[in-house]
Amino acid sequence: MTVTEDYQPVFTGKVLDELQTVLQRYPNKQAALLPTLWLAQRELGWISDRIMAEVAELLGLTPAYVKGVVTFYTMYHQHPVGKNFVQVCTTSPCNICGAEEVLKALLQHSGAGDAGATSPDGKWTIVEVECLGACGFPTPILVNDDFVENVTPEKVPDIVKKYR
Amino acid sequence: MGFPHKSHPKETVVLSQYFGDADARTIKGWTKRGGYEALAQALTMDPVAVTDVVKESGLRGRGGAGFPTGLKWSFMPKEKTRPHYLCVNADESEPGTFKDREIMRWTPHALLEGTAIAAHAIRAEIAYIYIRGEFTEPWTIMERALADGNAAGVFGSIKIHLHRGAGAYICGEETALMNSIEGKRGNPRIKPPFPAAAGLFGLPTTINNVETLAAVPHILKRGAAWYKGLSLSNPKSTGTKLFSVCGHVQRPGNYEVTMGFPLKDLLYDMCGGPPAGRTLKACIPGGSSVPILTREETEACLLDYEGVVERGSMLGSGGVIVFDDSADMVYQIMRLARFYAHESCAQCTQCREGTAWTTKIMERILAGQGKPKDLDLLLDLSENMTGKTICVLSDSCAAPIVSGIKKFRGEFEAYLAGKRQPVMVG
Repeated sequence: MTVTEDYQPVFTGKVLDELQTVLQRYPNKQAALLPTLWLAQRELGWISDRIMAEVAELLGLTPAYVKGVVTFYTMYHQHPVGKNFVQVCTTSPCNICGAEEVLKALLQHSGAGDAGATSPDGKWTIVEVECLGACGFPTPILVNDDFVENVTPEKVPDIVKKYR
Repeated sequence: MGFPHKSHPKETVVLSQYFGDADARTIKGWTKRGGYEALAQALTMDPVAVTDVVKESGLRGRGGAGFPTGLKWSFMPKEKTRPHYLCVNADESEPGTFKDREIMRWTPHALLEGTAIAAHAIRAEIAYIYIRGEFTEPWTIMERALADGNAAGVFGSIKIHLHRGAGAYICGEETALMNSIEGKRGNPRIKPPFPAAAGLFGLPTTINNVETLAAVPHILKRGAAWYKGLSLSNPKSTGTKLFSVCGHVQRPGNYEVTMGFPLKDLLYDMCGGPPAGRTLKACIPGGSSVPILTREETEACLLDYEGVVERGSMLGSGGVIVFDDSADMVYQIMRLARFYAHESCAQCTQCREGTAWTTKIMERILAGQGKPKDLDLLLDLSENMTGKTICVLSDSCAAPIVSGIKKFRGEFEAYLAGKRQPVMVG
């Protein structure tokens, strides 16, 4: 996990400026790790080993330490995902209101097939997640950064059409 | 106010008055409604005097533990020799709970105002608001509100920063949250030392829930006696509380009632009861981490810290999950155990192994492959998962299992006897 010569660093220009702003919010560089990883994921779409090494170097940490943190938090993608990353809540409160049917409908209409897999056209990755914190609006789903409430299987075809 | 529904006459609307009113989100709209007056007042007061008002009001932590807020603030060192920090817990992830989300979506300035008042009271220069990563919309709204507040200079010398989580339920535990801000894995820390002695970056820290802090400006403005007077009967539980009701009810949403309000009225009058033709079977009154109540217990339960304990559960975060007679309790309890297995930080053996093992046992019971001794095994494991770990995640997994087996044993035994197939309800 070293930064090799053919690697194009992500933290340059504007992104590096953003990192400088982030660093001002904390008393040390390590504390900026989570927001820095968010920037990395926004730029690259996922967190690769190489970007972990770049982040480690910027914040004075070891790549192994950064990997330990990345793997702890479920929202950092450790492999590339589809253009639309969809998180479907299936925890008990949504579950009893039919969340598993919503998941099935999404997997079917998007062509992703299996939860966690990416559709052959690269457009969809659908995952089952634990509580999204909107239990009164079953079923909530998160399409990339868009929070969609009250999703039912009947509404799924329109959602898929909108983001395709 | 029953958001997303209309306000119900039995509600006592304080925190939720402006839910659904987009104008209250803006700094102009908030100031027009009397916002930031309490903060301006607090900044002229001695920090101890501010703490005393909150102490006197009887306000207790709304995140789940119910610890008296003013008392918590008074634990901060009297002599200030080092920086102090305030952490705001907006990592709302307890299944059944969605109140902090609405506070941030509709009244971001109420939270910012409460945050600044608390920071002043504990003499903290910096406050971090830790917002869970999935709350993309509340984040955007809070970011805007903070920028507007800074531009208007309302926070005085207090610096408020937002910190985004990245998907970990355990970061709602106070010391895990601090580790997460420090750029570490979200593992809870052994206490003591408590945060007031050594918290964020090893410095004196106070941590409060969103709903707790949102109530603080109202208390300062209207006085401790007013807040205390909102309690229906019990002087130990004062003020109003937001209850997030979800699951099998006709009108799920956030309802604000005074402490001591009957759970029965909340579920039947305000939420319209279970769907037509269904009857109430069970209810989890305080988020998924507390014991399950039967229908009889639910209908006799008063909603305050002591009232819910009297019925054998806990008020917790006020996330009320309702199950009607179509719910398969074995399947739903397995889903809860699976939640905790997924969210365990894995540092304590009892939790790492226990949450996964209990989930596996329930999965096998549901698949018709349960063994006669499985219920005893589940209870034995649960006992070993309770009170033996650094934090209470493990205890939280055991609570629904133990109460579920005790109260719905027949459903478990039916699976063990091979009498039923998994029921998927919709």
